Amino acid sequence: MTTDQSPLIRIAEVDKTYRRGAEEIRVLAGLSLTVQRGEFLALMGPSGSGKSTLLNLLGGLDRPTKGTVEIGGERIDTLSDRRLAGWRARHVGLVFQFYNLLPVMTAERNVELPLLLTHLSKAERRKHVATAIAVVGLTHRKSHYPRQLSGGEQQRVGIARAIVTDPTLLLCDEPTGDLDRKSGDEILSLLQTLNREQGKTIIMVTHDPHASARASRTVHLDKGQLSAAAPA
Amino acid sequence: MKFLYLVACNLRRKKLRTLLTLLSIGIAFFLFGLLGALKLALTGDVSSANADRLMTRHKVSIIQMVPISYQARIAAIPGVSGVTAQTWFGGIYQDPKNFFASMPVEPDEFLKMYPEFVVSDAHRQAWRTTRNGAIVGRTLMERFQWKVGDRVPLTAPIWRHADGSDAWEFEIVGTYETAKKSVDTSQFFFRYDYFDEGRGQNKGTISWFAVRVNDAAHADAITAAVDREFANSAYETKTEPEAAMMQGFAQQVGDIGAIITGILGAVFFTILLVSGNTITQGVRERTEEIGVLKALGFTNTLVLGLVLAESCLLAVLGGVGGLGAAWLMTVGGSPVPSMLPVFYVPTQHLILGAGLMVTLGLVTGALPALQAMRLGVSEALRRQA
Repeated sequence: MTTDQSPLIRIAEVDKTYRRGAEEIRVLAGLSLTVQRGEFLALMGPSGSGKSTLLNLLGGLDRPTKGTVEIGGERIDTLSDRRLAGWRARHVGLVFQFYNLLPVMTAERNVELPLLLTHLSKAERRKHVATAIAVVGLTHRKSHYPRQLSGGEQQRVGIARAIVTDPTLLLCDEPTGDLDRKSGDEILSLLQTLNREQGKTIIMVTHDPHASARASRTVHLDKGQLSAAAPA
Repeated sequence: MKFLYLVACNLRRKKLRTLLTLLSIGIAFFLFGLLGALKLALTGDVSSANADRLMTRHKVSIIQMVPISYQARIAAIPGVSGVTAQTWFGGIYQDPKNFFASMPVEPDEFLKMYPEFVVSDAHRQAWRTTRNGAIVGRTLMERFQWKVGDRVPLTAPIWRHADGSDAWEFEIVGTYETAKKSVDTSQFFFRYDYFDEGRGQNKGTISWFAVRVNDAAHADAITAAVDREFANSAYETKTEPEAAMMQGFAQQVGDIGAIITGILGAVFFTILLVSGNTITQGVRERTEEIGVLKALGFTNTLVLGLVLAESCLLAVLGGVGGLGAAWLMTVGGSPVPSMLPVFYVPTQHLILGAGLMVTLGLVTGALPALQAMRLGVSEALRRQA
């Protein structure tokens, strides 16, 4: 990605429709959005408003039916599956609501997963993993399996896995949705720290106004479009 | 190699299921190994047959005798470098269950014809000078705890003396070893002149001739020349390569190759279903995890490779265990030397087994691997939601 001052994300006139049998469901309808580098953006809206779909498009997990998705100056909606996978590995860190850790692996092995796609040696991978785990404050729990960790700790491991490759963009899909208030606050503080101190651009889907209050900007989606309350 | 841990982790996910599948595969390959050894045991001499050795017998059947006087006429055919006579004796030691291959032969010609039978000079000399002397294979010596110098009585219901007795006495004057692992070391050879003098019927006849040719490339022409020599005689002959005759012997108990292939086919088809089901179920259960891996940047091809590696690892672990157990069981020798004197898993069979393991892994993993490869990231993650 480039290091200029241009916006990191430019989405223009994006439509996304799904087919369910004969029925066509329009989830995003001509949506345009710009996100600056270093922003911490909260995406809010009711269920079915298209928040997660938008997040999938930004992470290259899905493609728009129409419109363009440009991130770091690169059109990702036109990349092949293979190149898109490579792009995700290099530029995006994903944090899921239900953590999505592999239960058969320890915390540090889970964090190491994205690094398996790099050319780093085993020693270098271990070093990166140790750093990421230290950032989320779980060094003492690194050899534990997910089932031995609390929800908050599992989400910390999820964040460590998302940042271990040092991506520019962090996409968080309701990262506190499955946590109690205290753990949720800790996770939000961690995300704020990553945004402020490490300059990560973060886009977070949330239903929780308390969580969105931690973001530097909030946009609202309704029926696949940005609502009036939220300037793009 | 860095993905091996990930592959191995997936196999550890449901330990009992993996263990049972490994056992199933292991048993299949154990059977594969043992049946390979069994096939060798029943057809082993075929693989040890030489291309430059022919067998001449009565045209009708191997149980019909031919005159030993044919020996000189065969030796005179151009291209023939040696001829020696052999006869099926069918000796029994003490009890009918103690049956083994025993044959009257011409010592010097026989050992020259079959260099794979290794006999020391001292034992050769003793055989030449002892009229009822016998040379016995190592396995047979061990089986009856015989030693050189023992006098051994055999009965031969098909070869009686003139007085009707079927009792024959031999003196063990030596033993033989073999230069090839596949050659039977449980045979009993004694002198033809002693046999011919002692039998009460069919004197001057033998079961078959072993014929050595100068050049294996001319074996077909010599085969035809030998049979032509005795055409329209009272004892017409049939000459064929040694391997063909051995095959004929082996097939007296049926087409062993086809029987074994049939059994193994059924076993492996079952294992294909069992193993395929395990992998398919395992992949289906972790659809979301595959989605996560793809979200992290794992390509479709890499996911395909990981599932195939998993199924191959399962097949190889089970296969090595099973085939290894079969090898260990046979490496010390035949568990029933009286019935199966040559019994071990041949190297070619081990190599074939290794190939089969990989094939099994690829075939059982193919469908779930393709499904995993085609799985869309957002679709997989949506399933979880």
